[in-house]
Amino acid sequence: MPPTSSIVLSAKALERTVSRMADEIIEQNDGAEGLILVGIQRRGVQIAARIAAVIKAREDVTVPLGALDITLYRDDLQTVGPRPVVGQTNLPCDLEGQRVVIVDDVLFTGRTIRAALDELADFGRPSRVGLAVLIDRGGRELPIQPGVVGKHVEVPAGGRVDVFITELDGRDEVVLNVTERT
Amino acid sequence: MTPTASSVLGKDLLGLEHLSAEQINVVLDTAGPLKEISERAIKKVPTLRGATVVNLFFEASTRTRISFEFAEKRMSADTVNVASSGSSISKGETLVDTARNLEAMRIDMVVIRHPASGAAKFLADRIESNVINAGDGTHEHPTQGLLDLLTLRDKLGDLRGKRICICGDVLHSRVARSNIWGLTKLGAEVAVCGPRSLLPNAIGEMGVQVFNRIEQAIEWADALNVLRLQLERMQAGYIPSLREYNRVFGVTRERLERAPRDILILHPGPMNRGVEIDSDVADGPHSVILDQVTNGVAVRMAVLYLLAGNKPTLATAARGDA
Amino acid sequence: MSVDRRDVLLKGGRLLDPSTRTDAVGDILLRDGKIESIGGNLNAPDGATIVDCTGKVVSPGFIDVHCHLREPGREDVETIATGARAAAAGGFTAVCAMPNTDPVTDNQAAIGFVLKQGRAAGAARVYPIGAISIGEKGEQLAEFGEMVGAGAVAVSDDGKPVVSAQLMRTALEYARAFGIPVADHCEEPTLAAGGDMNEGIVSARLGLKGIPSEAEEIMAIRDILLARRTGGHVHLCHMSTRGSVELIRWGKDRGINVTAEVCPHHISLTEDEVTGYDTNAKMNPPLRTRDDVEALREAVKDGTIDVIATDHAPHHNDEKEREFSEAPNGIIGLETALAVNITWLVAAGVISLETLIDKMACAPAKLFHLEGGTFRKGALGDVTVFDPTATWKVDAALFRTKGRNTPYQGRTLTGLVSCTVVDGRVVFQR
Repeated sequence: MPPTSSIVLSAKALERTVSRMADEIIEQNDGAEGLILVGIQRRGVQIAARIAAVIKAREDVTVPLGALDITLYRDDLQTVGPRPVVGQTNLPCDLEGQRVVIVDDVLFTGRTIRAALDELADFGRPSRVGLAVLIDRGGRELPIQPGVVGKHVEVPAGGRVDVFITELDGRDEVVLNVTERT
Repeated sequence: MTPTASSVLGKDLLGLEHLSAEQINVVLDTAGPLKEISERAIKKVPTLRGATVVNLFFEASTRTRISFEFAEKRMSADTVNVASSGSSISKGETLVDTARNLEAMRIDMVVIRHPASGAAKFLADRIESNVINAGDGTHEHPTQGLLDLLTLRDKLGDLRGKRICICGDVLHSRVARSNIWGLTKLGAEVAVCGPRSLLPNAIGEMGVQVFNRIEQAIEWADALNVLRLQLERMQAGYIPSLREYNRVFGVTRERLERAPRDILILHPGPMNRGVEIDSDVADGPHSVILDQVTNGVAVRMAVLYLLAGNKPTLATAARGDA
Repeated sequence: MSVDRRDVLLKGGRLLDPSTRTDAVGDILLRDGKIESIGGNLNAPDGATIVDCTGKVVSPGFIDVHCHLREPGREDVETIATGARAAAAGGFTAVCAMPNTDPVTDNQAAIGFVLKQGRAAGAARVYPIGAISIGEKGEQLAEFGEMVGAGAVAVSDDGKPVVSAQLMRTALEYARAFGIPVADHCEEPTLAAGGDMNEGIVSARLGLKGIPSEAEEIMAIRDILLARRTGGHVHLCHMSTRGSVELIRWGKDRGINVTAEVCPHHISLTEDEVTGYDTNAKMNPPLRTRDDVEALREAVKDGTIDVIATDHAPHHNDEKEREFSEAPNGIIGLETALAVNITWLVAAGVISLETLIDKMACAPAKLFHLEGGTFRKGALGDVTVFDPTATWKVDAALFRTKGRNTPYQGRTLTGLVSCTVVDGRVVFQR
C-alpha cells in the first residue's frame, strides 16, 4: 500500500484548538493566578507559549513559562543507539507550592510525561501538576491521563502523527502519516 | 521525531586530532544545556544510573579528577577512584594487567590519566569499556581542549576566523595539542608563542603561526590560552630561569593594556602566578579561567552522556539485529 | 669416514655470485664442507644430497654482521641456538652476535662461550663480536687481542654509544693491530636522551620525545674523523638518516677507512609506523622520514652503504606490550630481511639481485674478514637458495626466533628462502 497522509488539524483549526485548551486550563484551575506552564522540548515549548498568549488575552495574567528537556530522564537511553540531542531545560521560578501544567504536542506511550514528572520533582514540589496535550493518539504504556486534550486521534498501526508549528517548521499543521498497513 | 546526535563519538574519546568538526560541535552543543544541571538545587539527573565509572589516575591530579567525579555523580553514575599510589599500580602491575582486571569487573567506563603518551589508546584497544582520556603524557587532554573550546565559543561566538594564541610550554603540553586540533577544526586561526626550546621542532608543520615574542601574540590575538610552566623545565635546562621567563614571556597587565582589543585570558590550571601569568591578569576582567572550570564539568557530562553505552554489543542490540 | 662425507649437489638454479661474476643457470657441488665445482650439469657423487633449485637463485650464503642473540642473560627471549636456527631460516649462513649480553661479552672466555653455543646449534655459524669497553661501560678498553684470539671478529659497544671520543680513538688505534673493524653505534647521548622515536611532525603529534637525526650524524662524523686520524676501520652500524649518508660519502671520498650498514627496516618503513603507538615500530635508531628512506636506498645503490644487516633484536612480548615510552627498542629481522630487501629494493627497481647479494653476502665477508661470501673453488660450503618472486604473508608465530616483535606482521612480502646450506650441510629447507 502506498503511504497515505491526511491533515488532522489545519493552521486555522490548530489555532482554535490551542485557544480552547487555554480556556480549559483556566477553567480547571479557576483562573490563571499561580499557574506555571512548562513545555516539553521541542514543540511543547512553543505550544505552551501560544497557550500563555491566549491566557494573557483572556485574563490579563502573564503566566510564567518554562521549558523542560527530558532527554536525560529517558528510560531507554541504554538502547537507543545514537544519543538524542539534549535540549535546554529552563524553569522560570521556584515550583514549590505552584500549580504546574505540563504542555506537550503529542501524547502516546506516556513515557515522556513520566520522565517529565521525574525531572520536575528535582526542581521542587508543586502543589499540583496537570497535563495538557495538543494531540492524544492513545497507545499508553503507563497510567498517565491528560487533563486537557486538543484533539483525540485514532492512529492505525504503522501510523505517525507529525505536528508542525511555524516557529520551528515554517507552518502550522498536524498530519497523520500512515506508511504501512498490517 | 527526536533528533539524534548523528555522528557520536564512537567507543572512546582519546583525542581531538581525529575528531571531525561535527563531532566536536556535538559535544559542545550537548554541554551547553547540561550547564543548567549544576545550577539546580538537586544537581543530579538519572541518565547514567547503574553505570560504573572508574577514574584511573596514574598521575597526580586534583582539578581534572574532581571535575570528572562531579560530572559522573551529576549523571548518577557509580564511581570508583583509583590513584597510582596505594594501589596495585604502585606494586608494579602493568597497564595491560590493570586493563584486564577492570574488564573482569564489568565496568562501563574508564577515565584514565597517565604519564605515558598513548596510554589511553593502549587501554582502549584492550578493553570493551568506554575509555576517556583525561590526559596521556604529552599527547592529548581532549576534555580540557573541549572545555576551552566551549568557553571560547560562549564568549566569542562562532570561532571561524577568531585568533587564538597558545602561550608557553607547547612542547610538553597535552592541552596545547588538543587545543591546536580542536581550534583548527572549528576554523579558528591558531598561533603559539613561547621560547623555541619549549616548542616542538616541527611546529611549523602543525598548521599554526609562531610568535617569538608575547607582545606580538597580544597584538594579534582575540584570546590567549596561557599554559602552565612546570618548574621541572627549568631544572631540565629548557629555560634559564622562571624569573626571566616571566620577564620575557609572562602575561602581565602592562602588556595586556597595550592590546588593540579586549583579549580573553584562559589558563588550564593550576596557575603559577607570577611566572606565566600575573595575578592581576588571572583575576582581572579578561580572565575566563573560572568559566573554564565550570564548563569543564558540563563538557565532561556531555562526553559521558555521548559515550555511554556506545559499545559494539549494545549498538548491535540497538539496531535490533542482535 | 663416510659419516663425515657430506656432499650436496644444488641442481638447476640460477647461480649468482658477484664476487666471481657468476650468473648462469647450472649446478654447484659442495664436498666436505667446501665448494667443489660449478658447472652446467654436474653428476651427483654416490650418496650426495640433491636439491632441485629450478627457478631459484643460488647465492653465497648471507652473512648478518649485526644481530642480538641475547645469550647469555636473556635466554627467555632468544638463545644462540634459536637465533642461529632463525638465521638459517632467513637464509643466513653466518651471523655476528653483538656483545651486549648479560654479562657483557667482553673477554675471551665469553667469546669462547658464544662460539661453543653456536657450534652446538648446528645451524648458521655464529661469530662473536667482543665489547669495546669492559661491561660496555665506556670506561676501560676490553682485551681485544685475547678476544680476537678466542674468535671475535669485531668489537662494538652496540646498544650504547662510545661516549668518550678519546676511548673511541683508542679503540680505533688499538684494533688496527688485529685487523678488526670497530662497529660503531652512533648516538649522541644527550641529544637522544629519553627519546622514543624520530623527532619530527609525527613525534610532535603523538607527544613522544623525539630523537633528532643529528644525534646519529654528530657521532657518525666524529668517528669518521677519528678514523681519519687513526687509520682504524670504523664500521657505522644501522645508519638511518640522509645526513649520515652524506657524511659517509664525504669520508669515503677522502679515502677514510669507513664502512656502513643499513637495516632492512630503515630502507622500507617510516616514522608513520609509530602512529597508533605500535611498539613493534620502536627501535634505535628510530624509523625516520620518507626522505631518509629514499636517501638510504640511493646509498645502497651507489655503494655508500656497504652492507645490509638486520639488527635482529628479539624482546619478550610482555616487554613490548606496554606503554610506548616504556617498551624496549628493537625488532626481529633475521627471518624477514631477505624478503624486505627484495620487496623494497629489488622488486622496487632500486638495485639488482646481484647488488643485493653483494650487500648481504660478499661485502659482509670482506668487511669483517670472514670466510665465505663467494663461490670460489675451495671456499666455505655456505650457500643460500631462495625464490626471488615467491610471495608470502608474514606470520611471526611461525618464526624460529623466540621474538614476535615485527612491524611486518600480516604484510605480504616477496622473496622466500628455500634452502640454506652451512659447511656443506643442509641446515634449513622449506
